[in-house]
Amino acid sequence: MIRFVLVRVMRAVITILAVMTFAFVVLRMSGDPAEVMLGPDVPQNVIEAFRKSWGLDQPLWIQYLAYLKSIFTGDFGVSMRDKAPALQLVLERVPATLQLTVPALILKLLIGIPAGVYAALHRQSFADRGVILLAILGFTIPSFVMGLVLVLIFSVTLGVLPSGGQETWLHGILPTLTMSVGGVGILARFSRSAMIEVMGQPYIRTASAKGLKWRDVVWGHALPNAAVPIVTIVGFMVGSLIAGAVVVESIFSWPGIGRLLIVSVSNRDLAVVQCILLIVAGTMVVSNLAVDLLYGWLDPRLRSPASH
Amino acid sequence: MAMTVATANLVELRNLKVAFDGVRVLHGIDLDVARGEALGLVGESGCGKSVTWLAALGLLPGKASVTGSVRLEGRELCGSPRSTLEQVRGGRIAMIFQDPSSSLNPVLSIGRQITEALAIHRGLRGEAAKTEALRLMDMVGIPDARRRFDLYTHEFSGGQCQRLMIAMALAGEPDLLIADEPTTALDATIQAQILDLLIRLQAETGMALVFISHDLGAVSQVCERVCVMYAGRIVEEGSVAQLFSSPRHPYTRGLFDAIPRIEGPRKRLIPIPGTVPNPKTLPKGCAFAPRCSRTTAFCETSPPSLLPQKDGRKLACAHPIELAVAGKTERRVPEDLLQ
Ligand SMILES: Nc1ncnc2c1ncn2[C@@H]1O[C@H](COP(=O)(O)OP(=O)(O)O)[C@@H](O)[C@H]1O
Ligand code: SF4
Ligand SMILES: [Mg+2]
Repeated sequence: MIRFVLVRVMRAVITILAVMTFAFVVLRMSGDPAEVMLGPDVPQNVIEAFRKSWGLDQPLWIQYLAYLKSIFTGDFGVSMRDKAPALQLVLERVPATLQLTVPALILKLLIGIPAGVYAALHRQSFADRGVILLAILGFTIPSFVMGLVLVLIFSVTLGVLPSGGQETWLHGILPTLTMSVGGVGILARFSRSAMIEVMGQPYIRTASAKGLKWRDVVWGHALPNAAVPIVTIVGFMVGSLIAGAVVVESIFSWPGIGRLLIVSVSNRDLAVVQCILLIVAGTMVVSNLAVDLLYGWLDPRLRSPASH
Repeated sequence: MAMTVATANLVELRNLKVAFDGVRVLHGIDLDVARGEALGLVGESGCGKSVTWLAALGLLPGKASVTGSVRLEGRELCGSPRSTLEQVRGGRIAMIFQDPSSSLNPVLSIGRQITEALAIHRGLRGEAAKTEALRLMDMVGIPDARRRFDLYTHEFSGGQCQRLMIAMALAGEPDLLIADEPTTALDATIQAQILDLLIRLQAETGMALVFISHDLGAVSQVCERVCVMYAGRIVEEGSVAQLFSSPRHPYTRGLFDAIPRIEGPRKRLIPIPGTVPNPKTLPKGCAFAPRCSRTTAFCETSPPSLLPQKDGRKLACAHPIELAVAGKTERRVPEDLLQ
């Protein structure tokens, strides 16, 4: 078990390093922050001075080493635009994003998994067909279309919900709904197929043959097996709690991480973008790690030493 | 209670029919299992051996349509409510399956799976259940049971998994154990051990045993009476001695000719030509006709019924093989199989 955890943690660290390096290189190769920040008509010597003050005149690898060094000392840089610490700017936005993504995740879990499991246990029924149809609709409609449709219905036509902003909790309803629809569809379909697969296994027949009640066969024997593939998908969803709201935040003018990312990328605000990517990568890696550990807990075959 | 029902059959199947999506695969099975007896059910793969008992216990998927009668000590099970079946399963009639490794739940510990059965049928919980589970594991020959109580399926070999399946089946102290090809997935030495275990346990517990196999040799070691099934029907039924000394249905004879000899001069096995027909395109008359060397035009008119014979066996064939005269018996199997 200790080995299992260590291997996973090492992998996580390597992943984060790779993301950091990649982001660093791509950002610096794809445009000059000085020109973007200062505008086109600025004299050359001002640009030179700007570059010098942000260290952009150094060779790339020296910049990279300096970046790594500051990261490891907990210094995430300063925003070129606001002159405030990047980490602080980013962390200020996190709660707003979580206000959307956490309720959306809860909705996905509470609706998607039961709908999928129910459909699997009532195959070919009316309910099953309904779940399949809605699930396909849910995850094929892009979220910007879904967002616009919801705005048209609830804001424009019915006039019951605001279409943008963050003033009251009512403002959060449409973006949260928009964000959950796709995930509900994905989870429903995934839970359904996982459950159908498990219900066809010989051990389920054994469980019935030994006289277990149907309910105990489903809860005690089928769900623990179906949980493994479902947890994978839920893991992805948890991993995108921070980054998953970019489109929806733009549609609904929600001041979260997604909007900050878009603004910072277009301004080439290097420190802020890097800081966001690091936090996004961090959440994904941590949730992957949690999923891996959860696998080991759910499925004894994955925790035995033979599987490494 | 045992006195009043001592003479009656434990289980009686009458005209049991099963169809999947409109295709009939079981064409009216009549079968009795007496208390404490060991009954063999043989036939090639796809003849309906498993479906017969899955149907009897209500374990077939919803798309299967089951008609006929399944009586346990006179009580009708076919079409009875789920709660009735749940009490019968494991408690009165237990069943073990062909592939032991995938028949045990991979994410639940072995101990948990056995104690669960003890909780349902005998109300044992906690330490009492664990003690009894360890006794059962010991009884089926799992060494070092205490240490292995918390292990999982993948940590046991196929043969041990089948032993654990048997332990789980015994947990409910059933009156009848259905062993559906319990050794087919195992290699030869393990097969023999599992057969010995079943024979021993049957003697110790006095439960009845239905031993399903495509291997007549194995059946002869375990059972007193044999039913031969072909294409969803019973075609010959009799004591092991009767069928071994003088098989009368050409299909039974074909199964004997296909038994590998364990000793004596090596002779070539004679496999039955052709294959089991698809239930969708069953011949109009005797289903064995396309593969039978004795077939006549009459055989193709309607399926022969299973009729009682003078010597007590039952037979469904228009032109059966003549009864062998005593003393002139052609030995098709090693002596030791006949005991
Ligand atoms: N779940 C099922 N769905 C459709 N057909 C089935 C199902 N189970 C068994 N059958 C069919 O029923 C027939 C009898 O099968 P079975 O009882 O498993 O044979 P066996 O004698 O090998 O145990 C076969 O033709 C098989 O294809
Ligand atoms: S009824 Fe005819 S075809 Fe069928 S087994 Fe007997 S002899 Fe062969
Ligand atoms: Mg079978």
